[in-house]
Amino acid sequence: MSFLELKDLQVHFPTDDGLVKSVDGLSFALERGKTLGIVGESGSGKSVTSLGILGLHKGGRAKLGGEIWLDGEELVGASAEHVRTLRGKKMAMIFQDPLSAMHPFYTVGSQIIEAYRIHNDVSKKVARKHAIDMLGRVGIPQPDRRVDSYPHEFSGGMRQRAMIAMALSCDPELLIADEPTTALDVTVQAQILDLMRDLQRDFNAALIIITHDLGVVAELADDILVMYGGKCIEYGTAEDIFERPEHPYTWGLLGSMPRLDRDRTERLLPIKGSPPSLINVPAGCAFHPRCTFEDRTGGKASTEVPQLVETEGGHLVRCHLPRDTRRSIWETEIKPSLEAS
Amino acid sequence: MSEPLLSVEGLEKHFPVTKGLLQRQVAAVKAVDGISFDVVKGETLGLVGESGCGKTTTGRLITRLIEPTGGKIRFEGNDITHMSQGRMRPLRRDVQMIFQDPYSSLNPRHTVGAIVGAPFRIQGIKTEHGTKKAVQDILELVGLNPEHYNRYPHEFSGGQRQRIGIARTLALKPKLIIADEPVSALDVSIQAQVVNLLEDLQSELDLTYLVIAHDLSVVRHISDRVAVMYLGKIVELADRKSLYESPMHPYTNALLSAVPIPDPKGRAQRERIRLQGDVPSPLNPPPACRFHTRCWKAQEICKTIEPPLETLATGHQVACHFPENAPATPEPAATTA
Repeated sequence: MSFLELKDLQVHFPTDDGLVKSVDGLSFALERGKTLGIVGESGSGKSVTSLGILGLHKGGRAKLGGEIWLDGEELVGASAEHVRTLRGKKMAMIFQDPLSAMHPFYTVGSQIIEAYRIHNDVSKKVARKHAIDMLGRVGIPQPDRRVDSYPHEFSGGMRQRAMIAMALSCDPELLIADEPTTALDVTVQAQILDLMRDLQRDFNAALIIITHDLGVVAELADDILVMYGGKCIEYGTAEDIFERPEHPYTWGLLGSMPRLDRDRTERLLPIKGSPPSLINVPAGCAFHPRCTFEDRTGGKASTEVPQLVETEGGHLVRCHLPRDTRRSIWETEIKPSLEAS
Repeated sequence: MSEPLLSVEGLEKHFPVTKGLLQRQVAAVKAVDGISFDVVKGETLGLVGESGCGKTTTGRLITRLIEPTGGKIRFEGNDITHMSQGRMRPLRRDVQMIFQDPYSSLNPRHTVGAIVGAPFRIQGIKTEHGTKKAVQDILELVGLNPEHYNRYPHEFSGGQRQRIGIARTLALKPKLIIADEPVSALDVSIQAQVVNLLEDLQSELDLTYLVIAHDLSVVRHISDRVAVMYLGKIVELADRKSLYESPMHPYTNALLSAVPIPDPKGRAQRERIRLQGDVPSPLNPPPACRFHTRCWKAQEICKTIEPPLETLATGHQVACHFPENAPATPEPAATTA
């Protein structure tokens, strides 16, 4: 069994308007030392998945189903107290906005020390030394002085570094980064991405990086999972997704994105419409109202939910189009249109 | 070249920092510190930079939402730098703004019809078939259903709301549109829709855009010319092709090389320029060349003499002592803009 394995995970929220199926049958596996990128638009269920793994839905309104296996332990059925002992030590999270994820009343150092001392029976002095070490490792200058600073005294990039230090302080084996660089400027983003790559190598952790930016996942991820309407619609290695994508939604994402590494195209090729409401997910394939190739499925798109099927060597696609049709559409229609005109 | 539609000369905005009972000014945040550029009719000028570089302040100065502390703004040859609110009002028809956040820039208690119709009401404009018809025509133009005239903003998605914001700016057929981060709050697939819409409207209605954004790939896609700002100054200004293909300022180079490339092949070999540290505070910017604290080419001169913005190739202005990709001899017509 893999280090982390999700089997048919469901996270549903009952609301007055109906049942919101934020995550609806998600399965994947991740090994230590590997990076998984989860890509999707807002409301696709990517953040809800990560909170589910960390057990942060426990005690809330969410209804969880399926299984989450972390290093041989099942987490969906485990008690909140037990998951709490794993959080920080076994798994940790880097949030998008470090300013709201840190407590403004306490110094950065004391927040790292607190987390470290919960999981390790050490004196304050030892923990403080550890906090200084961690701040140094993530590239904060003069860590012995900055350890006593408050979050507001840090710049955005420094705060994100401090949060990474906090997440790594107990040497977690699973690290989930939810939009870790979205709030940052592009030069600082590059620094943080470098840092995460280096740290992952040093710590040999399993890393899940959640983002809407295909550029960021292309920089870091070994495998990529594309989510739409609470489901995985395509899964494969980074090369699979960028070189031989097979789902029309993935094509749409690639066409929507202006690219600096290629000549400028005359027009962007957006996906029509907008992401679905999770209360009224379209019947059949959730993507079919926005899909350009819906008419080639023989009417199945609006009636039948497609299954996630392996097309080749671990590359999974959830689409009604026959495999050969998908391949020929990609090669003859989509790929040429993405290259400069 | 034709007469510029908008011309900005040495524009400055210093926000005072006050202290004590008497609100004595002790310092100033030099958000925009002497920038000059022209926008020609029908073109799109992109203004890029990291947070705190003054790009949004520039947009607000041009629309006169805040008062400049120095320099000149000319619109169609008229000096509007310190024009009174009353005299500005007729001009507001011609200069409109698209805002970043489609959630906070629309009044939740007003219907779409009221929001898009507000410019007609405020400017006292009568249209041939009444305001409602005019508003519905505009809604159709930006790709919204005209029957949604009586709906409220919360009934629309983020992308649709941004279209409502665009419809509002188009109501009075403006000449210049200042778009401050028009797509950064939207999902990727919606971003592309709005970018295409802006391009279509430009060719259909003969619009001129000043697009303020931090996303370098979006800016390359929509701009004809691009200005790069750093700490309140323009460090490089050039047409799209030369700026992206042969950037001269080290900062532009670093920015371009920091953009993550959506291509996993060869990511290990990719050479990158890594800037150290963060952008310094505009409260106390480094002297002379403001980039010297993070620049790998910086020498003694960069700390003492501020490099002027000079034309080093046709239409390519750079403020740097040691520009890259520069032609061997500067053009004879080189002057400080």
